Amino acid sequence: MSPDVMPEAQVALTMTEPADKTNRAQTRAQAARRRKALVAAIRVLLLVAVLGLWEGLSRAKVIDPFNFSMPSKIWDQIWTWVMHGTALGSLGEQIWYTLYEALLGWVLGVAGGVLLGIALGRIRLLAEVLGPYIKVLNSIPRIVLAPIFLIWFGLGPSSKVASAVVLVFFPVFFNAFQGAREVDRNLVANARILGASDRRVTLQVVIPSATSWIFTSLHVSFGFALIGAIVGEYIGATKGIGLLVSQSQNTFNAAGVYAAMVILAVVALAAEGLLTVAERRIFRWKPAGSDS
Amino acid sequence: MSADTSPAIELRGATKTFRTPSGGRHTAVRGLDLTVERGEFVAVVGPTGCGKSTTLTLVSGLEEPTEGEVLVAGEPVDGVGDKVGFVFQQDATFPWRTVLSNVMAGPRFRGLPKAEAKEKAREWLARVGLAAFEDRYPHQLSGGQRKRVALAATFVNDPEILLMDEPFSALDVQTRALMSDELLELWEGTGASVVFVTHDLEESIALADKVVVMTAGPATVKQVFEIDLPRPRKVESVRLEPRFIEIYREIWESLGEEVRITRERGAAHVA
Repeated sequence: MSPDVMPEAQVALTMTEPADKTNRAQTRAQAARRRKALVAAIRVLLLVAVLGLWEGLSRAKVIDPFNFSMPSKIWDQIWTWVMHGTALGSLGEQIWYTLYEALLGWVLGVAGGVLLGIALGRIRLLAEVLGPYIKVLNSIPRIVLAPIFLIWFGLGPSSKVASAVVLVFFPVFFNAFQGAREVDRNLVANARILGASDRRVTLQVVIPSATSWIFTSLHVSFGFALIGAIVGEYIGATKGIGLLVSQSQNTFNAAGVYAAMVILAVVALAAEGLLTVAERRIFRWKPAGSDS
Repeated sequence: MSADTSPAIELRGATKTFRTPSGGRHTAVRGLDLTVERGEFVAVVGPTGCGKSTTLTLVSGLEEPTEGEVLVAGEPVDGVGDKVGFVFQQDATFPWRTVLSNVMAGPRFRGLPKAEAKEKAREWLARVGLAAFEDRYPHQLSGGQRKRVALAATFVNDPEILLMDEPFSALDVQTRALMSDELLELWEGTGASVVFVTHDLEESIALADKVVVMTAGPATVKQVFEIDLPRPRKVESVRLEPRFIEIYREIWESLGEEVRITRERGAAHVA
C-alpha cells in the first residue's frame, strides 16, 4: 500500500515548489508593506499622543495655558491667519516676505561662498593671504550682526538679506574651499595632459568635483538663510513671519508664536524638498546610494 | 629640420628630487639617461616604488627635472605639450561626463569644434568597442571598459608620444591580456612612440621592442634589452614561445637582483 502512495506524495511535493516560491515572495512583500504601515501608524500615534498630552495638560491647567498654549488654539490661530489675514496683512504676504529675504540672502551668500571658496582653493597665494581674516570673521557670532545691519540698512528687507548672507556664506565657503582642495589630482593631471588650460581645469574639473561638497552645505545653509531672515525681522521689520512672532509675543499671544513656528517649519521642509529634487537631477552621474 | 631626425624622447642625466612632508629630501630618479626612437615601444620595468612613474611625469611635463634635461622631439620639455598622451594607473575618467563626453574632452580642450570632436570621439569609441555605451556614465561600466574609455580618450588626441603608467595593473588577468592585445592593435596604426611602465616583466616583453630595467630607487637605467620577437604579436600565445622564455630568463637575472635589493631594504625598514 505504502509504496503506491509514496511517489504520489513526492510528485505533489515537487509540484508545489514553484508555487511555494511565488508565495514566499508574496509574503515577503506583504511583510515589507506591513512594516511600512506599522512605522507610519506608530508615527501618527506618537504625534497624536504628544499633541493630546499637551492639549490635555493645558486644559486641565497642569501647565499654564497662557504661557504654553495648546494645539487647538494654535490651529485656531493658523486658521484665523489663513482666513482673515494677520494684523500685518495677509498670511501669504508675510510668508512671501520672509521667503523672499531668505532666498535672496541664500542666493547671494551661496554665490559669494562658492566663488570665493573655489578661488581660494585654486589660488594658493589668495588662500594664504586671506586665510586668517576669514577665520577671524567666522569666529564672530554672526547673529549679533543683525542689529548692526538694521542700523545700516533700515527696517526694509535689505537688512534681513544681509544677515541671511553672512549666515549662509561661511558654511558654503568652507565646503567649496575644501571641495576645490580635495579634487582628485589624477583628474587634474589627466585634464592638463588632454590639453586643458588652467581656466578649463577650474571650470570643468574643479567645479564639477566640488559640487557634491557644495551641495552638502546648501541643505544646511538654506536653514541658516531662514534663520537670518527671521532673526532680522524679529529685531525690527515692517512685514514677515519673524515680525509675526515678535508681535504675538508682545501681545502675550503664545498661540501666535507657535503658529508662526509651524508655518516656518512647513516652509523650510518644502524648500528642502525642492533642493533634493534639484540635487537628484544634477548628480545623475553618481552611482546610486553613494551620496548618503 | 633636426626635429625630424631627433629621437622621440631623450632624457639626459635627469634627476628628480622631491621634498617629503617631514622636510627631508627624496630622490626618485638619479642621473637617468634614456632614448626612445620614433615609433618605438619601450617598456620600463623595475622594482615597485623605484621611480618609474616619476620618469613619465618628467617626460609629460607635469613635473620638471631637478637636474638634467628632458627632450621631446628634440625640444626641451616646457610644461605639458600637445604631443603627449598619458594613460594613468588609477581611473582618470571624469565621473560627471558620459563616455562620449569623456572621449570628446581632449579635442574640445584643444579647441576643436563640437561636431568634429564628437565625430572623432565616436570613431575611437567604435575602435575600442564601446560604441553602444556612449551615453553611460563611468560608474556604470566595468573596470576594463573604463580603461577602454581612457585609451580612446588618449588616442583621440593623436599623440606622438604615449606614456602609460601601469595602465592595466588594476584589471584581472584575462581582461589584462585582452587589453594588451587591443593596445598593440591601436598603437600599430598610429606610429606613436610608447613608454610603458610596469612591474610585470611578462607584460613588458610581450608588448615592447625594448625593455629597460631600472635599478632599485633612486631609479636609473641598469640595462636595456632588445626584444626580437616578431610582430604582430598576440600576448597570450607569444608567452609560450621558447624565445620569449629565453628573453625572460635573461632579463630576470638583471631585474631579480634589483627586486631583491628593494625587498631587503623593506625588511630593514620593518626591522
